[in-house]
Amino acid sequence: MNNIDLSVQVGTLKLRNPILLASGTVGYGNEIAEFVDLNKIGGIITKSLSLNPRKGNPPQRIVETPSGMLNAIGLANVGVEVFLNEKIPFLKKYDVPLICNIAASTIDEYVECTRILTEEETIKAFEINVSCPNVKEGGLQFGNNVSMVGKITSKVKAATNKPVIIKLSPNVSYISEFAKAVKEEGGDAVSAINTLVGTSFDIYKRKPKIYNINGGLSGPAIKPVALAKVLDISRNVEIPIIGVGGIMNWKDIVEFMIVGASAVQLGTLNFINPAASIEILDSLEKYCVENGIDKISQLTASYII
Amino acid sequence: MFIINAPVEKTIELDNKIFLLKIRCAEIASIIRPGQFLNIRVSKTIYPLLRRPFSVCDVEGEFFYLMFNILGEGTKILAEKHFGDTIDVLGPLGNGFNINGSYDTAVIVGGGLGAAPFPYLIREIGNNKKVYSFIGGKTHNDVITYGMKNISIATDDGSLGYKGTIVDLLQESIELLKSSKIKIFACGPNAMLRSLKDFCIKNNFDCEVSTECAMACGFGICQGCPIESTKQSDKYLLVCKDGPVFNVKDVII
Repeated sequence: MNNIDLSVQVGTLKLRNPILLASGTVGYGNEIAEFVDLNKIGGIITKSLSLNPRKGNPPQRIVETPSGMLNAIGLANVGVEVFLNEKIPFLKKYDVPLICNIAASTIDEYVECTRILTEEETIKAFEINVSCPNVKEGGLQFGNNVSMVGKITSKVKAATNKPVIIKLSPNVSYISEFAKAVKEEGGDAVSAINTLVGTSFDIYKRKPKIYNINGGLSGPAIKPVALAKVLDISRNVEIPIIGVGGIMNWKDIVEFMIVGASAVQLGTLNFINPAASIEILDSLEKYCVENGIDKISQLTASYII
Repeated sequence: MFIINAPVEKTIELDNKIFLLKIRCAEIASIIRPGQFLNIRVSKTIYPLLRRPFSVCDVEGEFFYLMFNILGEGTKILAEKHFGDTIDVLGPLGNGFNINGSYDTAVIVGGGLGAAPFPYLIREIGNNKKVYSFIGGKTHNDVITYGMKNISIATDDGSLGYKGTIVDLLQESIELLKSSKIKIFACGPNAMLRSLKDFCIKNNFDCEVSTECAMACGFGICQGCPIESTKQSDKYLLVCKDGPVFNVKDVII
């Protein structure tokens, strides 16, 4: 089985395999490292970082829904300075591509975060969160606006030489328009998709179950939506895609790659089985052997329609 | 922390639709402390999707017990487990109760299913300290006395024991409480914990509370279970990692 090449390329970013751990589902790496040998995964994407620490939303932040979950964490994070001083030293010990996810309320804040973080050599790329549904400023207000997404892409690109990935919102009618704007402004790749806006009510109290009223829906419930968005981008824009949304097993990864993803992210699954990423790798290799695939990257956009 | 497929030894139905699940798992049973919890995946399917947190109810040798009632799909599946089934257990998680210290009497305060962590705590305290158990519920159906010692009961409707809240009953028993050096260990609904906090501060009683919050992962990565700290207003503590047991003075419930 050793002759299967699991490595993939996302723009200029080379990964040893296509499995990345999604932002907001692995903290800053230290907790998940108890379950996963970080040296074996394709890469890790940090919890969204903002310029200053953010407290996040009051409880309740999470509610389970059929085959999914809603979250409204509200971008709780330690801020870039504490991240660099207290979190990076742990991550430095591992040979794993570190991608920093950045969230901001203004374009200047995106640029400032990128400018500060790009100096740190451990960070190999940036993922820009323009699509968080759970904050008042920034987030979806940017992610729903094509020209704003283009503008953020170009400004962030100007602040770093490292690859810039834009994490797109599914809460739009034509996601490929956004991917097109990212490409035109020099973005290196897109992640698709962030969570879908959803809500859930207590029928006895007639009140929303989460404090923020709306939350972001994730988990297997959103996989078909994510696949359709990845396929839409893949058919319309030439830009590397990182597929994310409801992956639970190796079959889901193969499916995402077939519709156009160069790599994938595991998100909600990390909450349910924090060791899943490593377990899935073996099965992925087996699929390749059994199907005569010697380079897994051959799967990307191999759909027959 | 372990993720283990542990065999179910048996499911025991107590009165009032309360279930005890006895699980064989030496790895966890040998290290888990009273007040710590486990995050249980009730099935390998995608519905229900998330794990469910349960505090450890008791430990006997290589076995540990969970106590629960049927609240939804997850606990319904759990109640149907029997010998030969396995369940996927993640834990031990969080910080438990600190049962050591210079107090003479442990005062247990449990509201409803908040009684769950105390059989193990009482077992661990053994004969080292005196134990009083104050158990409350809305009605007699909610009162769980399994594994308790020296029990006093309060129900909101008066259908069993004292009529009133458990904190009212503590107030009634203030002379007893003040007759030795006590430490209070509590678990129950937030309204009970809030009023207990006021009572403890007023009387200068040392008190640890086990808190509850909806969570996904159970070990700090989802950030789903914030609780307000009295020491730091600029950030939340996490119930799963910083708790679930806190000194009552350290958190805003």
